[in-house]
Amino acid sequence: MKEPAPADELAEAEAGQRRKRKPVGWSMIFIAVLVAVSATLVYRRDGIDGVLKILTHDLWLFGEILPRVLAGCLLGAFITEILPHEKVSRSLGPNSGLKGLLIGTAFGAILPGGPFTAYPVAAALLTVGADFGATIAMVVSWTLIGYGRAVAWELPILGTDFTLWRIVISLPIPILAGALGRFVYVRMYPKGEPS
Amino acid sequence: MTMSALIIDISLWGSVLVLGIIAFRRGRVVVVSAAREGAMDFINIVPRIALGVIGSGYIAAVIPPEIITGWLGPDSGWLGVLTAVIAGGLTPGGPVVGFSIGAVALKVGGGSPQVIAYVVAWALFAFQRLILWEIPFMPARFVWFRAAVSVPFPFLAAALAMAIGKP
Repeated sequence: MKEPAPADELAEAEAGQRRKRKPVGWSMIFIAVLVAVSATLVYRRDGIDGVLKILTHDLWLFGEILPRVLAGCLLGAFITEILPHEKVSRSLGPNSGLKGLLIGTAFGAILPGGPFTAYPVAAALLTVGADFGATIAMVVSWTLIGYGRAVAWELPILGTDFTLWRIVISLPIPILAGALGRFVYVRMYPKGEPS
Repeated sequence: MTMSALIIDISLWGSVLVLGIIAFRRGRVVVVSAAREGAMDFINIVPRIALGVIGSGYIAAVIPPEIITGWLGPDSGWLGVLTAVIAGGLTPGGPVVGFSIGAVALKVGGGSPQVIAYVVAWALFAFQRLILWEIPFMPARFVWFRAAVSVPFPFLAAALAMAIGKP
């Protein structure tokens, strides 16, 4: 369990309220290598035409996604600015108990938009004091019981019966995943999150 | 532009506008600094998203859906669930691919618990979504932690489906 931050440190965080920009980490290097290997395989199989065809298609997709990514980033930034940190830490922090997991689950289920909203908002929640458990509940709830993808894709492709039962079966998962996350977290980082 | 894309864009920018107004009522400075912060995040994230979006086409081309479908045969029981979970994690591409593969598996005789496990695993930790979306926006440590914690749940979903005998 984390010790509550001293008052002036909290005030400073409140005033600063800036999350660190991410440096290029191992994950990005891993992705770059994976992409390079895949592109080489495509080149050896389909030649330069195959490579270019995928490139133009994906560039098009990229252009389509960009404005939404901007909207997602703005959403995250506004949430970071608007939500009061003490309140978020109380209702979604490490000591928020089952209630925090339920709030995270409900929030993930009603969140509109796609991945370009869910992940910036989840990152903002982490910044303003939600713990891993509540954020896991939110992300898992968004992906499993959020209505967006279910209505747009799953219902037409897999049918009503399958989709509804799949969602019913998934209902407990966000809370359980959040609880498991907390359980593992306090054992992995008994002194709080390393920075 | 399709109808659903339009609805997504309206609800998305509508939310931005509402939050922007709430921030504006706290003062101009709040809005400006938040907007600047969001724009900086955007600039910072664009190269990562670019790598993911442009790269994922190549990854998907190397792992064609037919391979995944083959893994989801009518192999029932827990071995079938295990292959379904692995297949879900490895499935490249967007929602159409994942759900279509599930539909194909149902048609060729895959059991419902196995297909449930596949869809849930794909939703929880399809590696391409982790790479394309989750890693750029979130702390990498959180993403790997969340994915690892999620591993038991497709199995739980399959067990629940077997227990209630649905869908």
